[in-house]
Amino acid sequence: MLEVMLAILMIGFLVIIVLGISKQSRYEIKEMFSRQSTGSKIFDIVNIIFMLLICFIMLYPVWYVLILSFNEGSDAMMGGIYWWVREFTLDNYKIVLSNNDIFKAFIVTVARTVIGTTTHVLFTAMIAYSLSKRDLVGRKIWLTMGIITMFFSGGLIPTFILFKNMNLLDSFWVYIIPTMFSFYDLIIFQSFFRGIPDSLEEAATIDGAGYFYIFRRIILPLSKPVLATIALFCGVWHWNDYFMGVIYITKNVDLQPIQTYLYRIVAESASNQAMANMPDGVQKATTTSGSIKLATMVVTTLPIVLVYPFLQKYFVKGMLLGSVKG
Amino acid sequence: MTNTNILKKIKVQRTLLLMVLPGVLWMIIFNYLPMYGIIIAFKEFKIYQSMFEAPWVGFYHFIEFFKDEDFFLVMKNTLGMSFLKLLIGFPLPIAFAVLLNELKLSRFKKNIQTISYLPHFLSWVVLGGIMITWTSEAGLVNEVLLGIGIIQKPIAFLGDPKYFWGIAIASDIWKEIGWNAIIYLAAIAAIDVSMYEAAVIDGANRFQKIKYITLPSIAPTIAMLFILAVSGVLNSNFDQVFVLNNPLNSNASEVLDLYVYRTGIRAARYSYATAIGLFKSVVAFALLFTANKVTRRLTGNSLF
Repeated sequence: MLEVMLAILMIGFLVIIVLGISKQSRYEIKEMFSRQSTGSKIFDIVNIIFMLLICFIMLYPVWYVLILSFNEGSDAMMGGIYWWVREFTLDNYKIVLSNNDIFKAFIVTVARTVIGTTTHVLFTAMIAYSLSKRDLVGRKIWLTMGIITMFFSGGLIPTFILFKNMNLLDSFWVYIIPTMFSFYDLIIFQSFFRGIPDSLEEAATIDGAGYFYIFRRIILPLSKPVLATIALFCGVWHWNDYFMGVIYITKNVDLQPIQTYLYRIVAESASNQAMANMPDGVQKATTTSGSIKLATMVVTTLPIVLVYPFLQKYFVKGMLLGSVKG
Repeated sequence: MTNTNILKKIKVQRTLLLMVLPGVLWMIIFNYLPMYGIIIAFKEFKIYQSMFEAPWVGFYHFIEFFKDEDFFLVMKNTLGMSFLKLLIGFPLPIAFAVLLNELKLSRFKKNIQTISYLPHFLSWVVLGGIMITWTSEAGLVNEVLLGIGIIQKPIAFLGDPKYFWGIAIASDIWKEIGWNAIIYLAAIAAIDVSMYEAAVIDGANRFQKIKYITLPSIAPTIAMLFILAVSGVLNSNFDQVFVLNNPLNSNASEVLDLYVYRTGIRAARYSYATAIGLFKSVVAFALLFTANKVTRRLTGNSLF
């Protein structure tokens, strides 16, 4: 009974959040129900209910993980937790945050995300700036070279062998150097740079500025929206990537990113790994490998979920920018 | 252009050329060297020798793969899952975008959109973790199904090949439906409003407006994305399968990319795995051209 009430409460909460209670939304609701045929009204109502359902389906799995991660693991095993924490505890998080391996993996992930994103954006932008000059010597050759890479690639094994021969395996640089450049991003940069008026550059040239100076002092500051977009895409990719850690980090476990660490406990069912590495006395009887896994999931996702609402408008713009042909 | 002119130009543009150079070198090393490395598909390559030294074996590895009993299983899983994803997962974002566009509450519309692409930003590992938690024998799905009385005893969903495709397809749609809808929403937003106004004057109802204005207007976008989706049918979402597969469901989860990883990286059969990778690229390329041609003939829209 309590659960049903909680469910109703949450749905009501959801409605308020998503419908909004501003003046404008009240006006829109009024507008929607006046001057309309019955069929149209039914369509609107069904549509709204459907959208609320989608909303629920999107949010509930995330919510479920969140509440379970704050619940005592042994209590959670009995089941029956749907809407709210039953036996609140921070033990899961204490264990996760005091785990040295997770801490190391977290540092690796932050480092690769920051360094990888910065180098990717600056490197790709620099080349894109150069290639955006229509009369650049050999422009056609450089462009053709890039376009071919969009359709053909060597595939997993030749790439692996190359990295091995370059001594990139078990090195931090494997995260940075092979991901420094992307031709897709170059095209997005290029179309943005084209929109910057030439007169700005001409004025700077008259004042004696060289190309690199123009790029650094004029083009980059003017390109903040596109730089932010590509940086966000790249940052999310770096943060979420586990595969490079699985495949290229073979011996030096200290270099694995947090998603790889999580992958190892989630998929390779080595869930005891996290517990085995605990310092004595930290582990409580109430936590289980399952509840620790959930807390780890929350910890790895939190940074993205926290920045996401602030940055999502850039993502959408960037997505559209990327969809422009050529 | 004469040679002296080019030299003069190179001198003027030397900074620009120096700025392109690192990119060209990067592409040669990280894109073109691996392409060259494909030749080991036709050789018997061992990791301790160089690619030149390895003896040629022609199409031996390809034939080996086609003869292998895994070939049928791998192709069935890859194509089966991909086609179902295409069949179910491709139209859903379009429907979602159209319905979202019909919402007249601007704030609500914006919030729903934000929420709908939240899962896109979760990693497949976290998502796989959620899936594994939910579908385990003590998980939520079993709890609910037992509670309603649909099943009598808990099912280990990921331990049974029978359920794998369903879980993979459903989780994929869940993750990407909102994100994939963005591009359609943009296309819908670009439609001239006066077309709708004219239709209303002609007495069109909402379904007619969708059918005769919205859908035809976004048809080029649909065609473009469809071609791309078809050319990717052999990709079968590696990240997802990699996380969700286990020895119990491998009958339904063993796909091409996973097979390349297993034989190539794990078992170190480099030449064999490269051959399979090359086979995949060739088929994907053929599919891209075929889909492009068919779509152009049917709808008049094409990618190139």
